Amino acid sequence: MFTEAEIMDLIMTKDSKTEHLVNDIIDKPVEEHKITTKNVNVFYGDFKALKNISMKIRPFSVTALIGPSGCGKSTYLRVFNRMNDYINGFRLEGKVVIDGVNIYKDKIILEKLRKEVGMVFQKPNPFPKSIFDNVAYGLQIQGMKDKHFINERVETSLKKVVLWDEVKDDLKKNALALSGGQQQRLCIARTLAVEPNIILMDEPTSALDPISTGKIEELIFELKNEYTILIVTHNMQQAGRVSDRTAFFYLGELIEEGLTKNIFLNPKEERTENYITGRFG
Amino acid sequence: MIRTREQIIETFLLISAFITIFTTVGIILVLAIEAFKFFREVSVIEFFTSTEWTPLFTQKHYGILPLLSGTLLTSFIAILVALPIGLAIAIYLSEYAPKQFRTYVKPSLELLAAVPTVVYGFFALTVVTPFLQSFIPGMSGFNSLSAGFVMGIMIIPIVSSLSEDALNAVPASLREASYGMGSTRLQTAIKVTVPAASSGIVVSVILAISRAIGETMIVAIAAGQQPRFTINPLVPVETLTAYIVQVSLGDVQHNSVEYRTIFAAGITLFVFTFILNSVSHWLKNKYREKYE
Ligand SMILES: Nc1ncnc2c1ncn2[C@@H]1O[C@H](COP(=O)(O)OP(=O)(O)O)[C@@H](O)[C@H]1O
Ligand SMILES: [Mg+2]
Repeated sequence: MFTEAEIMDLIMTKDSKTEHLVNDIIDKPVEEHKITTKNVNVFYGDFKALKNISMKIRPFSVTALIGPSGCGKSTYLRVFNRMNDYINGFRLEGKVVIDGVNIYKDKIILEKLRKEVGMVFQKPNPFPKSIFDNVAYGLQIQGMKDKHFINERVETSLKKVVLWDEVKDDLKKNALALSGGQQQRLCIARTLAVEPNIILMDEPTSALDPISTGKIEELIFELKNEYTILIVTHNMQQAGRVSDRTAFFYLGELIEEGLTKNIFLNPKEERTENYITGRFG
Repeated sequence: MIRTREQIIETFLLISAFITIFTTVGIILVLAIEAFKFFREVSVIEFFTSTEWTPLFTQKHYGILPLLSGTLLTSFIAILVALPIGLAIAIYLSEYAPKQFRTYVKPSLELLAAVPTVVYGFFALTVVTPFLQSFIPGMSGFNSLSAGFVMGIMIIPIVSSLSEDALNAVPASLREASYGMGSTRLQTAIKVTVPAASSGIVVSVILAISRAIGETMIVAIAAGQQPRFTINPLVPVETLTAYIVQVSLGDVQHNSVEYRTIFAAGITLFVFTFILNSVSHWLKNKYREKYE
């Protein structure tokens, strides 16, 4: 609501008129958690895919979701942008709160939610359009007409994913002509261009070579300064490298969640330890 | 024992294939030969430039343009009806409708194509034309508007069914990407799915046009039998197909120039539909490569 500079300004001038306002701002509790889920159950028809999941996620953190295939990682990730809504028989119980809004209960506009909660998918899925149009897409559907603004946003988004230098001379080229790694970075840029707060990534490097994977991991590390990130990964090293906290899922249950370091070095649960040390998976 | 039986079946299949090819080649040959004989007596230039087609009158003119314009006009009206409706149905079925609904609606739509065309023809002549005449005063009893309109209804399933297949072939991942960025269903359909399926949609339209150009009964009944070089949809016209029917049923002497006009008209028709089908075939192959 106020920028830091504005607040400083208010504090410095501090005349009688604004005093109460200053106090209001300072007294307001810092929103500690960006996302809260409480007792979340997810069903696909009769099948219970997520069992009583409660978890809190801080802003500007990277949370890794790990666990064997089919344990519900993707399902959980897609709870936050309501992507599961399209699946026949999908049903959710419990509370999912983002920025104080219960996204399954309160009257929310799905399109708005998804502008706040961006998603990067497992396989790079650029639109069969030009590089420029891919990145500009999110703004265009919001009705943005200002060419200058769009150009600028496309450029900053491509710079953020370190793709700008590779494609700046050829923004009209079809995105499908890029390499897999470039396509995935383009998809991230496309998501960033909408300026979400939260980015969901579902195994974003599983279809990529090690070099492209490294680039994306570096990128995630950078993005953490501006975004809250949830990443599903099968790769333990990746979880270790990029995440602050890790959540281990098994058969639809959240077995253990904590600082990544602790989960990897001192897991409390035997199942976590077994998975991390590769005894099953 | 089994080997000989297999051999018999194999030979039978081979013969069937040959009969099909042989028939096609035969038809094309007859068309070509008769058309060739026609053009020995009528100049090609007159055929393509004269705006009158009066081979059955004493004052004979052999300009194909009136028949061609009649064919194109009725087909154009038909596609004007079929494209928006067919595409809207396809988008609705592939992007909005629940799966079960789709499985019921698609076959029922295809029933439209199963209605005998003579029924459509009479519908155009006895229902649509009088209806339109009630608020278009100068409209003739035979006209391309009603015929084209009803033909458009008939070819809706070609557009909707093939377009829907093309839309369904667009990978779900593209829709997810679009929804994931905050697009509505309509935005996703218009900006992502339809463009991605565009070649398939074009194929459906070309095949629908091809079907309209070849359609005979509706236009013969409802559009009239007066070759006229015009784009006015309210007056009687004659299409290539309707002309062929008219001469075939009439008492024109075989082996005369008058008789051979139907082969000239026939080969014109054939060239048109052949080109359209080839283009659609080529597009379809190109389109198939895109996501593989
Ligand atoms: N569309 C669906 N319909 C029914 N069941 C599904 C669907 N998607 C996933 N599931 C089931 O839900 C469970 C969790 O799947 P998912 O979240 O994709 O797991 P993960 O991403 O951890 O591999 C699996 O058992 C899977 O079979
Ligand atoms: Mg998954």
